[in-house]
Amino acid sequence: SSGINAEYGEFQTFQHYFIQINLSRMDIVIELSGGAELLFDGKKRHEVSLPEEGWTLAKLLPWIRDNLLQERPELFMQGKTVRPGILVLVNDADWELVGELDYTLQRGDSVLFISTLHGG
Amino acid sequence: MTVPCVECGGRAILKRPKNRKELCKECFYSVFEEEIHQTIIQNNLFKRGETIAIGASGGKDSTVLAHTMKLLNERHDYGLNLILLSIDEGISGYRDDSLETVKRNQLQYSLPLKILSYQELYGWTMDAIVKEIGMKNNCTFCGVFRRQALDRGAALLKCDKIVTGHNADDIAETVIMNILRGDIARLGRCTAISTGSEGMISRCKPFKYTYEKEIVMYAHFKKLDYFTTECIYSPNAYRGNARTFIKDLEQIRPRAILDVIKSGEDMSIKDDVKMPTQMTCTRCGYISSSELCKACIMLDGLNRGKPQLSIGKANKRKQILKATADTGSTAAEMF
Repeated sequence: SSGINAEYGEFQTFQHYFIQINLSRMDIVIELSGGAELLFDGKKRHEVSLPEEGWTLAKLLPWIRDNLLQERPELFMQGKTVRPGILVLVNDADWELVGELDYTLQRGDSVLFISTLHGG
Repeated sequence: MTVPCVECGGRAILKRPKNRKELCKECFYSVFEEEIHQTIIQNNLFKRGETIAIGASGGKDSTVLAHTMKLLNERHDYGLNLILLSIDEGISGYRDDSLETVKRNQLQYSLPLKILSYQELYGWTMDAIVKEIGMKNNCTFCGVFRRQALDRGAALLKCDKIVTGHNADDIAETVIMNILRGDIARLGRCTAISTGSEGMISRCKPFKYTYEKEIVMYAHFKKLDYFTTECIYSPNAYRGNARTFIKDLEQIRPRAILDVIKSGEDMSIKDDVKMPTQMTCTRCGYISSSELCKACIMLDGLNRGKPQLSIGKANKRKQILKATADTGSTAAEMF
């Protein structure tokens, strides 16, 4: 077909792909407190859009270290997990309840890192 | 994906380190508060009518301590008078900010607050001390001075007891530290829930069996306001090694923290081992294991420009004093 119908057809195809791309991105919120925010330039809340679905926390941690962390990665991660003394909450609940590193993130999840490594 | 609370079936928000039980918010609050109440009752920590100074730094432990003491005092009618007692060590940028938190705590919990400073008590701030002695052994000076400062403050306020927010993780770390350094005198005392002797104001630790993780989670869910920066002088502290060890242990088997405390309690010293005797300082009357208490020795050292006198063993101190007397050189020149 040609003319306006053809262009509309292309637009629909474009819309279709555009929605597809958005659907496969995953928006989550990463929050920091207890002093952990100091490693992230003091920023306590980060809204991030991950490139596709199927991210476990095991995959998210090094991504945070490589993309959001501003300094001293050894104070955030130790080996494949968080440095001991940093609590992790997924949707305001202990990550130990949902399998820790094996938890698969869902769209809209929030992950909070609370550092306990300071005086009381 | 929600995990049910083992008590009531509600949405679990925490897995308890000590027994791996999953709890919802309300059940967690109940269990947390009730266990501390039981610790207080079973160990006879307080008597009706006593005035208690709560060692308050603005940090997570002392904030949760102030909140919990007030709550339990009212809920179970302990009949106590509670006061917040805060020590200003004179660490700029760290202590000034945390004291602001304590002032907010005073309003939030409607408790009277007293602040005492190293400057007024000793004539030295930690900043000045660190300038004098360098970045090592800072915590040794600070700890000794703070302990005495708390006692002096409590005496000024006519308190019967002091409570501090030391938690299970702290005490487990101290047990490990004392073992690593072979300090059997401290090892014997550090697991006691109440310490003190005649003439001194006793101090106790209601959080002795409370996990740091639970204190932080409690403060988080209850939205309690606390100060979170690490003391600028602490990165070089020896305790850091013990802390890393305890934290790594906790990841493998969380129950280990309570078990280390139990081991510390159960350790007994052979009869023929020489233990320090307890006496009082001839200069200030404070409790001491030698003629001059540690604080007086430290102040002496600082004021004479020979702060090394207070670090290390007593015979080394005598050596330094003898050597500097003989040659006329200062301790700094010797090192």
